Amino acid sequence: MAMHRGRGFASINYPIGMNLGGDPSQALVHSNPDGKFTVALSSIDLGQGMKSVTRQIAAETLGIPVADVYVDTADSDTGPHCMGSFASRGTHRVGNAVIQAAQEARAVMLEAAAEELEVDATDLVTDGRGNIHVKGASSRSITTMAACQAAQFKQGRTVSGRGIFLIPLSEVDPETGEMTPVSCFAHAAMLVEVEVDDETGEVSVLDMQSAYEVGRALNPRLVEQQLVGGAWMGMSHALWETTEPYYPDRSHGPVDFNNYLMPGPGDLAPHHISVLERPAPDGPFGGKGPGEMCANPVLPAVANAVYDAVGVRIDELPITPEKVLRGIRANGGARPKMRLTRTQFTGAR
Amino acid sequence: MIEFRKEFFANERDDNLNEIGKPTRRQDILGHVTGRSPYFDDHLFEGLLHIRCVRSPHHHARIRRIDVSAAEKMPGVVRVLLGKDVPLNLNTLLSLLDFGLDDEPVLSTTKVAYKGEPVAAIIAESEAQARAAVLAVKVDWEVLPHVLDVEDAVKPGAPVVCDVYPSNKFIYHGKFDHQKLRYGDVEDAFARADHIVEGRYQMSPIEQAPMETCGAIAAPEVNDRFVCFTSTQGLFFSLGTAAKLLTMPSSRLHFVGGTVGGGFGGKVDSMHEPLAILGAMLTGRPCKYAWDREEEMQVGAPRGAERWYIKDGIARDGRILARKFTGYFDSGAYTRLSSYAIIKGVGHLPGPYTIPNVYADVFCVYTNRTPATAMRGFGITGVDFAIEAHMDKGAEMAGLNPIDFRILNSYRDGDMKAHRRLAKNCALVECCQVVAEKGGVVLTQASRAATSLLDGGGERARLPSRTATDQNGIVSGFKGGNYAKKGGGASAPQPVALPIAASAPTPAYPSPASVRPAAPTYQPAATPPPAPQPPAPAADTARHGALRFSSLSGFRRR
Repeated sequence: MAMHRGRGFASINYPIGMNLGGDPSQALVHSNPDGKFTVALSSIDLGQGMKSVTRQIAAETLGIPVADVYVDTADSDTGPHCMGSFASRGTHRVGNAVIQAAQEARAVMLEAAAEELEVDATDLVTDGRGNIHVKGASSRSITTMAACQAAQFKQGRTVSGRGIFLIPLSEVDPETGEMTPVSCFAHAAMLVEVEVDDETGEVSVLDMQSAYEVGRALNPRLVEQQLVGGAWMGMSHALWETTEPYYPDRSHGPVDFNNYLMPGPGDLAPHHISVLERPAPDGPFGGKGPGEMCANPVLPAVANAVYDAVGVRIDELPITPEKVLRGIRANGGARPKMRLTRTQFTGAR
Repeated sequence: MIEFRKEFFANERDDNLNEIGKPTRRQDILGHVTGRSPYFDDHLFEGLLHIRCVRSPHHHARIRRIDVSAAEKMPGVVRVLLGKDVPLNLNTLLSLLDFGLDDEPVLSTTKVAYKGEPVAAIIAESEAQARAAVLAVKVDWEVLPHVLDVEDAVKPGAPVVCDVYPSNKFIYHGKFDHQKLRYGDVEDAFARADHIVEGRYQMSPIEQAPMETCGAIAAPEVNDRFVCFTSTQGLFFSLGTAAKLLTMPSSRLHFVGGTVGGGFGGKVDSMHEPLAILGAMLTGRPCKYAWDREEEMQVGAPRGAERWYIKDGIARDGRILARKFTGYFDSGAYTRLSSYAIIKGVGHLPGPYTIPNVYADVFCVYTNRTPATAMRGFGITGVDFAIEAHMDKGAEMAGLNPIDFRILNSYRDGDMKAHRRLAKNCALVECCQVVAEKGGVVLTQASRAATSLLDGGGERARLPSRTATDQNGIVSGFKGGNYAKKGGGASAPQPVALPIAASAPTPAYPSPASVRPAAPTYQPAATPPPAPQPPAPAADTARHGALRFSSLSGFRRR
């Protein structure tokens, strides 16, 4: 009886947004008299950071500090329509809507500033710290607060903007499946190392090495929280979780967290993440959506690592000790493959 | 633990922006870490009533009679709701997209098709009183044969799970009992291949497992409106669903949400809002309807199980020549969102690889289990497990390192994909290279030199010279060309008797250019994509609810 180590690999891509399009989201942006801005949405923050990322997008586009923006969301009386927070669509769809709304508001703010400074609005730039000045002449400046006050109390302008983002709905050909599924894809590759006990069939994940391509990382800490948590969820899907342990039989279905198996803190593996950023041509500042796809490569990588360790293919999830042990016995013992060693490939040929 | 590899694609980014790319602290973090962020369940009104459902103990049964007389006399019971109390007691979630037929009651009246299906709802002063009254409802069941396995369910003579789809399969385009993908000719390529690799994969049903279970609290608001605090992931999606089922103008509904204790896809189904609002309408008092943990796990829709069969034909040098899929999504007793996820899955095939011949038949199958719904990676996670486990077998068969095998077959910018659009913005090769480097896996010289940017296009951009198509799985009796039967009203929609031959003439298939969304210009000078021409409003007086995303009705045109 022995412990066997093995490594498994998987690589994936992931479509961002409801795959056929036709899923609009809207945003409204307006300034209060002090040059502080409110972004009104109806999008949902599930903990993924919807409010925070749209706040950064609005601030960047308006050219003001992030502290001068507040995102108000999910009141149907005040927030304009959004399809919802699913399908990795939030950052991509809502982010684009916020950009459009913020651009319209910014244009009014710059017109107001131009009138105060008696210059052409096209000659003005923002410094991102609350000032608007003439390009190349930073002494000729006005604060964003003063510009917004002038707009509202002297000039009678609303410093506001409307935005919507919609990828028109694609049709699907019944005979061939021809369609325009999505506009951008995220990518990932994952190498998992496991240890399998050939006496009990238990699998421990020892290490995860990954690369995730997420478009531009709009907020690196929010990206990190998604990738870390999502990969653990993928590991949990591979080895622990199911509502129907004897699917398709419905018996023994868990009804609480005592019976619904998930990894505990001691089961979590170190995860070494590399983030690559290839901006999406139609993403907000090139952002995609890392939220869903981060779990996906872990499931097959774990299955492939179990095969590498003991020579058993588990093609039905989750990979329970029972399935592993039955497989080892059917093979007459563990048959390590060791195909992804650190030195050189030792394949079948 | 995390590193940002800025050297990749550096010339495609401006990394010197003011706010983008900064690790700014979350806007809502103070509320979260001090326990003060309000969730739906924090709106505990004075005099709040509690709703609990009477649920089927059987996988499949006819309802002969529901006797609520004893329950109505139980302490604290204010009202008992039955299907007849729901203004429009039939829905399919994607009717808001004109996708699919209404198939699922809020409270079932004639039969149940899964264990846990609700048939009555108790509204009581306390949750304990509601639970006690649930036990006092007597239902006379006639147990029916049931089917739980997807491949058993599609065999002739299987019990009919959902009367709207008598073959236990969702009907795509009013025409086929599955979604097809046909690209090239896989059988021809299998005959030429040096290796054939076959596999069968089973994705398990999984619970979204949010900390906060799904729920909603509704209350009468001033001026004849209703407010609804909800854990929904789609505020207007749930609002539209409630407006439809309650046959109420959406302007009378005020939905508040936005801070959710974990969703992961399980809070899209809008099961709670309509019933909570109905309770508030009929009692004049605030009502709460939420799942306990047992309901969340066994009644709340999980990630659906999927079964995939994959067959690859591989050339001696390791290039995959052909890949064939047969997929079965276990939708459970009703459609919810599975039929749409299948289209997403089909558009994703054959994974991130350039394969010149691809074939898929994917079935949305009804079985007598809890309906499935969205979960993180919906439509993709299950098939990615199948594809990548299969790739490992292919690499072994071809005698290649698993990472070299992926890079060799990886898609690149400019390659034609199986859904007949060009790939762009690819980065799979680079992800593989980075992981190999980190893991100390030695790749071939060709794999190390590969790039997503340069190796694609050309010959790889061409559509197959010939594609084998077929009419397998053609159905009759469904309105040709439509996902959704128009004019669906309060009565149960029945497939219309319309032979395929008599269906509307098939519109010429539009050229790729006419259906591809105009790529919006890269920001910050982003211009919005052109708004689609809104279709003429259909002469359809029986549609319920003010909220219809009518611009989506392109679905109806195939």
